[in-house]
Amino acid sequence: MTLREIARVVEAQFLTGADLADREVRAAFAADLLSDVLAMVREEGVLLITGTVTTQVVRVAEVMNLAGVLFVRGKVPAKATVDYAASAGIPLLATEHLMYETCGLLFAHGLPPAKRKRLPAEHDGPYPSPP
Amino acid sequence: MVGLDLERAGTVSTEVQRVLRKLGVEPEVVRRAGIVCFEGEMNMVLYTPGGRIILLVYDDRIELIFSDFGPGIPDVELARQPGYSTAPEWARELGFGSGMGIPNMEANSDRLEIRSRVGEGTVIRATILRRKSEAAGGRRETGS
Repeated sequence: MTLREIARVVEAQFLTGADLADREVRAAFAADLLSDVLAMVREEGVLLITGTVTTQVVRVAEVMNLAGVLFVRGKVPAKATVDYAASAGIPLLATEHLMYETCGLLFAHGLPPAKRKRLPAEHDGPYPSPP
Repeated sequence: MVGLDLERAGTVSTEVQRVLRKLGVEPEVVRRAGIVCFEGEMNMVLYTPGGRIILLVYDDRIELIFSDFGPGIPDVELARQPGYSTAPEWARELGFGSGMGIPNMEANSDRLEIRSRVGEGTVIRATILRRKSEAAGGRRETGS
């Protein structure tokens, strides 16, 4: 699915990177916690769906070589962040839909979830086992 | 690097990736180095007054050395545990501080050495091997 099709499905606007609208997106990952994005996404070309609008979102997208970032709930990052994304070649999209709706729409249109990395935390975390 | 400088946090990682790409380092190694550097950089920004990040590139490996000016980690083994965090609320609101930083640095390195002295600082050395067999993403990837 291309970024253009994604924008159409969730009624999103391009904040930057409209020239990259034909970029193919392989899968999607939704999170507000950037630590989870850094720890769990293992593929490149993934769309990040998030309500976090800090500059670090774009830096994470750059480091992880993501296909783009889709902001939900009508949230929009500061202009400096959008400018930085433009210079880094990271397309940013924004939709008024909530995260749940956004994910549901894209899933229903065939955009698969990103393959995830399993973490040591899931096997022996710091939490005590239930009695 | 300056601690608490959130606006520029992450810039070292992208610069490291740029340098590695220019040197023709394997894409998977560039990716892992970027993730390790980003986590280390965020730790430095969130918890320390500042420090240095040194990138060493060899034929068979790359090394990232994070050296900060305090406050040190009282219990390094505890800090290595997934989910353990001393992050303040403001760091969590930015989407960080879930206690996955050091575990994720380990997951994306072939070796992670941590030396810390309370009141003086912490030095972390991450080694990433440049072997084709490591291309899948590191020895800890599958967990179990």
